[in-house]
Amino acid sequence: MKLTGAQALIKSLEMESVEVMFGLPGGAILPVYDPIIDSSIRHILVRHEQGAGHMAEGYAHVTGRPGVAMVTSGPAATNIVTPLCDAYMDSIPMVVVTGQVAYSSIGSDAFQECDTTGITMSVTKHNWLVTNAQEIPQVVKEAFHIASSGRPGPVLIDVPKDVSNQMMDWYWPDTLDLPGYRPAGRGDPEMIRAAARALLDAHRPVIYAGGGILKARAADALRELAELTGIHVVTTLMARGAFPDDHPLCLGMPGMHGNYTAVTSMQQADLLVALGSRFDDRVTGKVDGFAPGAKIVHVDVDPAELGKVRRPDVPIVGDCRLVIEELVGAVRDLLAGGSEAPDRSAWNATIDGWRQKYPLAYEPQAEGDALKPQMVLEHLRDSTPDDTIVVSGVGQHQMWASQYWRFNHPYTWVNSGGLGTMGFAVPAAIGAKVGRPDKVVWAVDGDGCFQMTAQELVTASAERIPVKVAILNNAYLGMVRQWQEMFYDERYSEVYLSPDLPDYVKWAEAMGCIGLRAETPEDVQPVIDKANEIDDRPVVIDFRTDSREKVYPMVPAGQANDAIVVPPFQEGRHGEGGH
Amino acid sequence: MAVPVKHHILSVLVENKAGVLARVASLFARRGFNIFSLAVAPTDDERFSRLTIVVDVEATSIEQITRQLDKLINVLQISELDPADSVERELLLATVRAAPADRGQVIELVQIFEGRILAVGHDVLTVSLEGAPAKVDDFEELLRTYGIVELQRTGRVALPKLVRRPQPRAVRAS
Ligand SMILES: Cc1ncc(C[n+]2csc(CCOP(=O)(O)OP(=O)(O)O)c2C)c(N)n1
Ligand SMILES: [Mg+2]
Repeated sequence: MKLTGAQALIKSLEMESVEVMFGLPGGAILPVYDPIIDSSIRHILVRHEQGAGHMAEGYAHVTGRPGVAMVTSGPAATNIVTPLCDAYMDSIPMVVVTGQVAYSSIGSDAFQECDTTGITMSVTKHNWLVTNAQEIPQVVKEAFHIASSGRPGPVLIDVPKDVSNQMMDWYWPDTLDLPGYRPAGRGDPEMIRAAARALLDAHRPVIYAGGGILKARAADALRELAELTGIHVVTTLMARGAFPDDHPLCLGMPGMHGNYTAVTSMQQADLLVALGSRFDDRVTGKVDGFAPGAKIVHVDVDPAELGKVRRPDVPIVGDCRLVIEELVGAVRDLLAGGSEAPDRSAWNATIDGWRQKYPLAYEPQAEGDALKPQMVLEHLRDSTPDDTIVVSGVGQHQMWASQYWRFNHPYTWVNSGGLGTMGFAVPAAIGAKVGRPDKVVWAVDGDGCFQMTAQELVTASAERIPVKVAILNNAYLGMVRQWQEMFYDERYSEVYLSPDLPDYVKWAEAMGCIGLRAETPEDVQPVIDKANEIDDRPVVIDFRTDSREKVYPMVPAGQANDAIVVPPFQEGRHGEGGH
Repeated sequence: MAVPVKHHILSVLVENKAGVLARVASLFARRGFNIFSLAVAPTDDERFSRLTIVVDVEATSIEQITRQLDKLINVLQISELDPADSVERELLLATVRAAPADRGQVIELVQIFEGRILAVGHDVLTVSLEGAPAKVDDFEELLRTYGIVELQRTGRVALPKLVRRPQPRAVRAS
């Protein structure tokens, strides 16, 4: 069968079971948009290519399948660089197709030519410039394989216009030609036995669970391991939901804005079991002062992560799910052979003591004051189903959402962790809702972030994708304001936004959404209830929150985690919690 | 152009595909690794090329460099050659001042080093030397006393020494 390169491309996506793609056409990709009309694939027309990329990411986060985005050459390709970098940092599987000027004019500075593969080389797991239509099925198959296997990540396929128009003989490859690509599978049995031994020997062990747990679909295995060994678990920003917050062994989020118990238990641990986590600086604080007495077991599918930041005592390269399952088996074997863990009751009591003294807390809402953002989040949390998907932007609201929500299911928390991309929430929420239409999807966004990508709510209205957006409108670039308050003598430089410019309610309505507003504590519950009743279009709530509120606890940048700062009203208790 | 004290030689087998060198260079730039020298050539099998990369490992561990390199899809195999267990060669080409009064000395120097004279001008000579990098360093230094007009070195290439010792450690266990 003879097909054009463009037809072969769409057919290859169908062969990869793509159901939906996000994109926006233009000159160089025009040939590929024609066969979309006849394809089973749903195409969602975005308003900005960054939106297409984040939607694909949101879709991938909640489904585990690669998100697909397609845009044209030049400015469209550069517009999608941010999502590619975001997906690269957070290991999100994504396949981006870009149009390119005709292969024959590459290098001539043709209209809308840009060196897309060159620009995206360092933010993709791999990319291709297709030079012959005959290669297309092979490249697409390899692209999906690379994006979704091993440590997942984004890939990009750049397709020149003349290649799209070229005729080819259709085939679907049954093999991959990737001699240099061999993702890790099982772990080394000897190392796994050593890890099991370390788990049983430790007096103060903590499991440090990262986003790799979710990528490897290892949440059940993690739970089995924690319950079998009785070891507490911290879940990083990328792993919220990988272990249920309601579980007695869950300590919640560690790191710069982690809770006191999660941070301090890691500091004082004698064993950290790092599972799919990468010792990110936002978790470790100053590396030299991080968990100084802890032996490290480190499991990761990416060998380059082992020893990148902290040298592990027991390094294990492998798929997290397989390794954890093997680890459970190895611990069982040791227990069956008569091994016993030491008495950890003192350590467990110390942890409980910290939890009681330093719970996540804020000063209660006072009458007449602007809304406490934490209070808003607690109401929202308590008024939505347990498996609601929460998508956030970047800033204070993100940290409060991660802290105050209770994540009891994997794949219910979607955020931009590694890159910290403002503007992520609205499009990623749309992608998440497309991937899981059966679930309630709430975006928790900042006023600053919302203004970066809000136009995608037009996409959501047009495509009838009923996402809900809670703007924690503190009239500021709040997180930056917090740093200026704490570290720059309250000298506020270029962080004020205004609470009512723009008017978020009118803006929402102009984009085909329902717009609501809450200014007083009495407004909060009724507007949430109202928003929850709407399921035929997007809803936006403008919550007018207190701009003075800061995120606590906080480890100041560059300091060791022992320097954790608790909220002022907990300060008197500081230092009493040692063991 | 003295090689860093703590250097390592990586012999990297890559797929002979467009952009591979750019990927390697981009990786080094992005991760802040230092390339001291780089030589690239096709192998006997035209599907593959071999890069010989001399890296400065004072700043980054060689293990981190090889593991990141290994993640490039087009990289097939990385061997780390310990300078002590490998033969290294480099080629130098230089045009050096050789006024009639000095010419005899320059020629003598080339002969002592077993180099070659490739071209002769009125008051310059173009010479070449192939040898172990340290020898090439010495030669270059001595030529400087006469005045170098132009100089080009290839960067080193290397293979494991043929002695009955353990093979060079293959970084990727396959
Ligand atoms: C694209 C981008 N630009 C700048 C920043 C730096 N930055 C981090 S948080 C933040 C403030 C975000 O403001 P807002 O969305 O209102 O959230 P808030 O902190 O007030 O909750 C800024 C500017 C960023 N992370 N991303
Ligand atoms: Mg704000």
